[in-house]
Amino acid sequence: MRLEVLNRGYGPGTKLLFAAIRLFSRHPVPDAAKLVFYRPDFYGSRAKEFTHEAMRGPSPWSVGDRELMAAYVSQANESAFCIGAHTATARQAYQDGPKVAAVLADLESAPVEKPLQATLRMLGKLTREGKVGAEDLRQVLSTGVSRQQVEDALAVCAAFNTTDRLADAFGFEVLSPEGFEAGAKYLLKRGYR
Amino acid sequence: MHRAVLTEDKKRAAYRALENRILNGEGRASPEQRARAFSNAGLSSPLDGLLGKVATRPTQVTDADIAAARAAGFSEDELFELVICAAVGQSARLYDAGLAALAEAVAGEEDG
Repeated sequence: MRLEVLNRGYGPGTKLLFAAIRLFSRHPVPDAAKLVFYRPDFYGSRAKEFTHEAMRGPSPWSVGDRELMAAYVSQANESAFCIGAHTATARQAYQDGPKVAAVLADLESAPVEKPLQATLRMLGKLTREGKVGAEDLRQVLSTGVSRQQVEDALAVCAAFNTTDRLADAFGFEVLSPEGFEAGAKYLLKRGYR
Repeated sequence: MHRAVLTEDKKRAAYRALENRILNGEGRASPEQRARAFSNAGLSSPLDGLLGKVATRPTQVTDADIAAARAAGFSEDELFELVICAAVGQSARLYDAGLAALAEAVAGEEDG
């Protein structure tokens, strides 16, 4: 990563934990995981709490839907690390690789439910253009999406607009496909806390 | 009948806690500097280059942007904090814009 403190600035306990993760997963510790262990009182602890709530807390959206939103927002930001991580996690959560690939290739022609499609469209516009209007939201609501669902989708959008930026600013190393699959398995088992 | 005022849910409360910590809690960078990074306004060169990219085109951040900020006297820990403030600040603006548009859409529905 671009700051040396993020590569080396960890105490003995954290270094031991990283060694255990490498041993058991047989993959390097992802930079996304390292970041939240650096001075966790400044960012990591609360970021994990928020991201976990957005991605795994109670919601009418499934875990797969929210992981797909994370991948879609990351694609709008062109954030390579996060696209890889959350594409893999959405695929595993849905047990449906072709659906995830179709959404990321072309949302409008993808075989996906109208409410999810409309929500993804709105999140993409908000992320790319920095704004959405009441008309965009009315369009989403008209497909049967509830207000709670919109709020929950906006929380996912906020979490990944933060993480995508940090991934690219700090220069997270893109993992191998196997590394992303192992990370996805962990995120589905344990979440973000 | 639904309520016109959006209630503060657990997700938003967790987000506000994060914002509040990075802006107002203890840090190596001053609270004023962190606030400027968060709002992406009033920053001087070369920080404005680095943090402006974090906010609006993060894939274009380069090693040279970090090196320029280090050469201007900012420590790695200050940059760690300021980059986080810039990233959270931009996502906060998106979150607020989405929630405001939702509130407007729902209010319109109730009036009509």
